[in-house]
Amino acid sequence: MMLRINNLHARVEDKEILRGIHLTVKAGEVHAIMGENGSGKSTLAGVLAGRDAYEVTEGEVLFEGKDLLELDPEERAREGIFLAFQYPVEIPGVSNTYFLKAAVNAVRKHRGLPEYDARAFLKLVKEKTKLLHISEELLKRPVNEGFSGGEKKRNEIFQMAVLDPKLAVLDETDSGLDIDALKAVADGVNALRSPERAVVVITHYQRLLNYIVPDFVHVLLRGQIVKSGGKELALELEEKGYDWLKNSVGEPQPV
Amino acid sequence: MTKLERQNTYLASFERLERELAACGTPALHQLRKAAMARFIEMGFPGAKDEEWRFTSTAALARVPFEPVFPTSRDAVEPSRSLPQGVILCSLAEALAERPDLVERHLARRADFRFHPFRALNTAFLRDGLFLYVPAHTVVEEPIYLSFVATDAPAPSVWHRRCLVVAESDSRATLVEEYTGAADSVYFTNAVTEIVVGAGAHVDHYKVQREGDRAFHMAAMQVQLGRAARFSSHAVSQGGQWVRNEINAVFEGEGGECILNGMYRASGEQLVDNRTFIDHAYPHCASHELYKGILDDKARGVFNGKIYVRQDAQKTDAKQTNQTLLLSDDATINTKPQLEIYADDVKCTHGATVGQLDAESIFYLRSRGIGLAEARSLLTYAFANDIVSRIKVDKVREELERSLLEAHHLPASEAGKEEA
Repeated sequence: MMLRINNLHARVEDKEILRGIHLTVKAGEVHAIMGENGSGKSTLAGVLAGRDAYEVTEGEVLFEGKDLLELDPEERAREGIFLAFQYPVEIPGVSNTYFLKAAVNAVRKHRGLPEYDARAFLKLVKEKTKLLHISEELLKRPVNEGFSGGEKKRNEIFQMAVLDPKLAVLDETDSGLDIDALKAVADGVNALRSPERAVVVITHYQRLLNYIVPDFVHVLLRGQIVKSGGKELALELEEKGYDWLKNSVGEPQPV
Repeated sequence: MTKLERQNTYLASFERLERELAACGTPALHQLRKAAMARFIEMGFPGAKDEEWRFTSTAALARVPFEPVFPTSRDAVEPSRSLPQGVILCSLAEALAERPDLVERHLARRADFRFHPFRALNTAFLRDGLFLYVPAHTVVEEPIYLSFVATDAPAPSVWHRRCLVVAESDSRATLVEEYTGAADSVYFTNAVTEIVVGAGAHVDHYKVQREGDRAFHMAAMQVQLGRAARFSSHAVSQGGQWVRNEINAVFEGEGGECILNGMYRASGEQLVDNRTFIDHAYPHCASHELYKGILDDKARGVFNGKIYVRQDAQKTDAKQTNQTLLLSDDATINTKPQLEIYADDVKCTHGATVGQLDAESIFYLRSRGIGLAEARSLLTYAFANDIVSRIKVDKVREELERSLLEAHHLPASEAGKEEA
């Protein structure tokens, strides 16, 4: 089992957002987590990546048997977790290449592998730019600075390709993208699907799932997974909306 | 020493050296020196009551009896392979002797000393310096490097550096000024640079200040921009215990463009004061200014950016940004944007931010496997490098990037190799 989430509760300040999440993800699987705004989707992504705005009050998260919640964000990344940000950060003054090399070498060091030199790194990067149809010019530019919405999201997937994670969590990667950008991002993700890698796609809309076809779909409502199913569940949600599921989950309890 | 005695140190030096000074240049120039000396004695060192010096005390500087040193500025010019015909690059003394027609028109006429004690001092001791002249329609492709080294001296020394750059209409030149000095000695650099950018001419100016740890550095730059002239300044300030940079840019015709970018890093008890003044005296001119400072330990920063838009200067486009990163609780910054606008059809913005590293950026880097300490280093480096990366002279930019990476204990960049 790659990822096991048991009865996860988390809050921001005094507000309980996750109220008992259960989820298991195996290598090679693609899971979609769907839900409305405020359902807790991004909180779940943030808790997995180690964002410190959230306080876990109950439950556990095991990643390949290890207690994930004990680890710092960088340790999680080095163990093989990748979060594609909903709002990737702009970092003027550092080129994409320099930033990625620092990241890759931090991961390799952790795994006891020799750090890449310029040549080896460049070779890796060139391979991935070809795989994802990303222009090399993008690499020389400062991280995300002045990138369009689509470029930022493609850059996230490009980073994923270079860092080669075991588990990728895509947090609303489709938000703000037009259909061409969406397809480009989805193609990138599909190119990175493999039996060794798991992907958790977090989204509000079914649209992205036309292109990244999931094995499982889960509906998140008020901090709980209220329904799970196959890819057809996404279509059902698209048709019916989320309201019909709302009777199945209780009102939030005051903390 | 009383205040008067401190000033008299300079007066005594002046009287002692007067004959030597008078021998250099025309009698008119020497009259100017005498007037400047007299004016300095009248004004004295600026005090805390002077609004322009409110946050920057000159007390420590005034206390040291600096002796003037006259460098032979010819040594400061790195030999350039070949300059286009008509271009003059020589010492001011030579230029004064051979081409007074070109020099005296501008020298000390641009950088007004009447209300600036340090410029007055510099002018009083004006003996030598550098002169660059680029004739009309002439393009100097290679950057011109001026390297000012304050060598070790037995007593505290003051180096009155002087540059005059005249770029005639539609010419093009790039100038790099570098200031370095002995690490352990107390010395004082008092520099004045005058730049005249003719109509349609384009001058890029770079200044790298890496003075010794105990140095005082006072630099004033005066820039005149003719019609449709373009000027850019990138000023990087890293050394010295007491540093003040003043830039005055004046549009003297329509359609000019002026870029002022600066980056400074200070730690320990360093003081860095940056003061810019852009005079939008004509319509349709643009000025863009970005200054970024990193302050650590007990370092102090001062930024004062004034943009003056005169009544006739319609369609002015002025943008000023000042960002300061405070790495310690004891570091302080006084930042003061000043917009004075008397025209009504203009676009003027200014913004100042002061703060710590952005938490979301730190998380972003950590989520990619980069440890907390390295993430902080990388973001601090990035903050400074945002200015350095704008430098168009490869040699200067790469050298600064390398030293910034080193200072932040980050691996070297292989930007060069990647191109290969």
